[in-house]
Formats: sequence, C-alpha cells, structure tokens
Amino acid sequence: MSGFLVKQPGLLTLIQDGGRYGHHRIGLTNGGPLDADAFKWANRLCENDLNATALEISIGGLVLEAQVDTILAVTGAHMPFKINGQEAQRWQGHKIKAGDKIELGFTTAGTRAYLAVAGGFQMEKTFSSTATVTREAIGGLNGQKLQQGDILACKSHHTDTLWALPESEQPDYLQSATLRVILGYQQHSFDPVQQRLFFSSEYTLTDRADRMGFRLEGQRIQSMLDGILSEGICHGAIQIPADGQPIVLLNDRQTIGGYPKIGSVIARDTAKLSQRMPGTKLSFEEISLEQAHNINCLAERRFITTALQRIA
Amino acid sequence: MKVEIAGENAIIIYFGEVADPLVSAQVQLAAARLEAVMADTLIDMVPSYASLMVIYDQYKTDHFAVRRHIRETLQQLGDVTQQEGSVIALPVYYSSESGPDLEDLARRAQLSVDEVIKIHSGMEYRVYAIGFAPGFAFLGEVDPRIAAPRLSTPRLKVPRGAVAIADRQTAVYPSVSPGGWNLIGLCPTPMFNPKASPSMPVKVGDSVRFSAIDRSEFLALGGEL
Repeated sequence: MSGFLVKQPGLLTLIQDGGRYGHHRIGLTNGGPLDADAFKWANRLCENDLNATALEISIGGLVLEAQVDTILAVTGAHMPFKINGQEAQRWQGHKIKAGDKIELGFTTAGTRAYLAVAGGFQMEKTFSSTATVTREAIGGLNGQKLQQGDILACKSHHTDTLWALPESEQPDYLQSATLRVILGYQQHSFDPVQQRLFFSSEYTLTDRADRMGFRLEGQRIQSMLDGILSEGICHGAIQIPADGQPIVLLNDRQTIGGYPKIGSVIARDTAKLSQRMPGTKLSFEEISLEQAHNINCLAERRFITTALQRIA
Repeated sequence: MKVEIAGENAIIIYFGEVADPLVSAQVQLAAARLEAVMADTLIDMVPSYASLMVIYDQYKTDHFAVRRHIRETLQQLGDVTQQEGSVIALPVYYSSESGPDLEDLARRAQLSVDEVIKIHSGMEYRVYAIGFAPGFAFLGEVDPRIAAPRLSTPRLKVPRGAVAIADRQTAVYPSVSPGGWNLIGLCPTPMFNPKASPSMPVKVGDSVRFSAIDRSEFLALGGEL
C-alpha cells in the first residue's frame, strides 16, 4: 500500500495511536502520545477517530514525500512546517497531492509535534494498538522509530472541506508549568515537612527525560522508606529514589517498580511537562481526587464543544 | 488490607507487606472478582507481590463506585487457599558457558556448582508478578542458601533466555536487555512471543519448576549459545 515515504526520519519520530491498554498483566506498558491533547487535535483536524494512528515527532527533522492525495495536519511543538518549500500553518488541515514534500524543521517552542492524515496511517496492531514502544520492540513498524525509506501506509482521501483550530485555543509551550498532583501511594512515608518542601520548591527539568520518565532536579525529598515491595506504577506517578530527586513516570514506564512514590501528576499536566525543554522551571501543586475529576471532565467537555473554524 | 489512591484514575489495594503465597493468592482472587464486577469500566490491572492496582475509566465511573466495588469484593473474598494456578516446567542448561555467574555464586555460597543446580531446580516457584519488561516473570522464593545480591555493575546485555537470581527471586529474561541479576543458565523455552496466543507460558499465580538439561538437549530444544 502506498502512503508517505520517509525521506528523513528526524531525531525520534514514532508511530502512535491512543496507546495500548489492558496488557499490564504481561508487563506491557501503554505507549501512546506524550501530549494527548495535541495528538487528539491533529486527528480532529483530519476528521479522524481520536485514536487514529499518527506520528509523534520529537524535536524535529522529519521529511516525508506524499504518494497519495489526502488531508494532513500538524499540531504541537513549533516546528517550522513546509509543504513543497512553502511555509505552512500548523493547527489546520492542508490538502496534499501525491509528490508533495512535507518538512518539519527543528522546534523553537515545545518538544513534540503530531502529524495526522485523513483516515490515519494504516498499520497492523500488536496487542490491540499500533503505539510504538521501542524499549519493548512493539508496535509501529517492527517496534522501532521511523527509519529512512519506511513507507507509512494510508488511503487516499478527497474533500473540499478544511478545518483549523482558532489561535486562541492553541497552547503556549513557553509558559511555565505547574504540575497538579494527587497525593497517594506511600504519601505517608513523606512527613509533613517533606511534603511542604515538595510543594513549595521549584524544580528544574533535566535532560534525563525520555518517554519512560522525566527526571527533575531541586529540593531533595526524603521518604522514611528505602524501598518497597514492587507494585503497580500508574501514569504520572512521582517516584522518589534514594537521591531525593523526583522522577515523573510517563507512557513508556515499567509497569511495576519498588521506589516510594508521593503521588501522581494528572495526565493533562504530564502532557504540558512533556512539551517542556530541559532547564524549564516547574512546580507541583496538590489537588484532591475530586478536583482532578472536575478538571478532567471540564477539559473533556471543552474539547468536544470547541468549534473548529472552516477555512475551505 | 489497605486501599490507597494511586493516581487520577487508579487505586491500589495492599494485601500485605511481604511476598507470601497466601497473600499472592488473595491478590489473584480479588483481581478475578473485580474484573468481573467492573466490566467495561476497568481499563487495566497490575497484580504484584502483595498489591493490586486497578485502573478505571474515569469518564464511565468514578472513584466512589470503584471503592465500593473494592470494599464489597474484599468483604466477600472469604478463605483463600494457596494454589489454583498451573505448574509449568522449564528446562535449563546450567553451566558456566550458559551462566557466567554460576561458579561465583557457588563459591560465595560455599556450595558446589552441582549443589546450586540441585537447590535451584529442586523446588517450585510462584509467579508473583510480571513486569520490568514484557514477559519478565518474578519467581519466588529462592532457597536462602543460593540467594545472591544483584551485581554492583549491571550488564548492558543479558541474553534472551538467561536464568538468573537476585536476592530471593529468580527469573528468565524474556528478551535481550540490560540487567543486574546473577546469570546461572539458559532456558530454551520462549518466555514472550507477541505473535503467539497466549504470548507467555506463565501468568501470575502459576508455579514454575526448573529441570536441568545438558548442552545437547538445550540445542535440540532450539536453544542458542
């Protein structure tokens, strides 16, 4: 099947759908987009199912050549975007013709961009998902990041309608971010002073940040526990190893682990975290589970009710 | 038993604080019951040594309802008997060729290599948890005489099928990966195959028994050196 030819794979470009769920019991992690918001917008701009298979481009450097006529949209990080050498707008649909060259340069704000095509890329699913987890060698094309010469299969699609997300709705990845946390797990092994220090200190995002987890640096936090019997780790869990520096665990995390955890960052905020560059200052804010539930339900509602602008 | 929040859509149940076959059996039973009552509101579960993490769909249910299911399930759990899983036999080629840490481990334990093999293959292990990597089953508990701490410098590349010991746990590495466990042999049985169904020969709650095989048997079973 034809689709898009990978002329340059970029630093780290991964095939992702919404993620792999229901397989933790055999040790499989979730994968899926680090910034689920930007991912869903890319699909919505192409009038796709919100879980349709798209590309997650980290940092940039991707060049594709279209082999079919279709619609394509790029969202997320500010990567200079060109179609046949002409600057193109992110956060909107574009008509693509076979032979067109699509380029994404290196980012100036944010770290992950998402590229979707009408109908999504057509890939075989492994354990109910196309999400690539390179550590597990599962999903995508042979469980690996994109390579030069790969063909990303997709159907041709013809329409006259194009959509854009109004600029007022587009996120700003240069803003400082507060990560909202629900206390949980071994929270009681961090005494009140340690908890207060944690929520009142500023942390810096280090360059030891990948799809498994982001390591922060700043005020040391101490648990009364050295280690615990290995247990399930959920998305966003904040692990505090012996050096006292928090690690926020993300989509490709191990499913179980034995370090004490103070709680978990909500997914809306891990999405923001994953768009930040090393060196960014961050802080944590405690919220209740009820607040998290409200935040999520309101955000979900806002996503559904935000109207796209028809541009063609 | 203790129920704690894990994250925005996850709750963790603690059944005990140490690895124990009875506690592990309770985890299994609770997992099966909760799976049935939570139906499509359940996203995933992570059973481990003495805990069970439940991940739910926060747009189909809420933590009040999930906590109620958990409370009722735990109240009705009743007496749990130790064994209900199957017993899986795994052949192992124990040697210094296939297990570079075997001789060291024997020396430190003040045992002969044959004694180490006899002890390791002489008992049944329970699958307490699966994680670290797809198909990596944590088996316990190893006889204290052959328990050995993790290597101070982990290996960058442990071969697929490596049979290993760390403290009182033992495992078979399902694929090539970095690892700090003591390698004592190789198992030719694939521990994880995404194309097969089921993709793993064992599941949490099953038991494993290792049996010693020689070099030619190992090769005949498809093992690679």
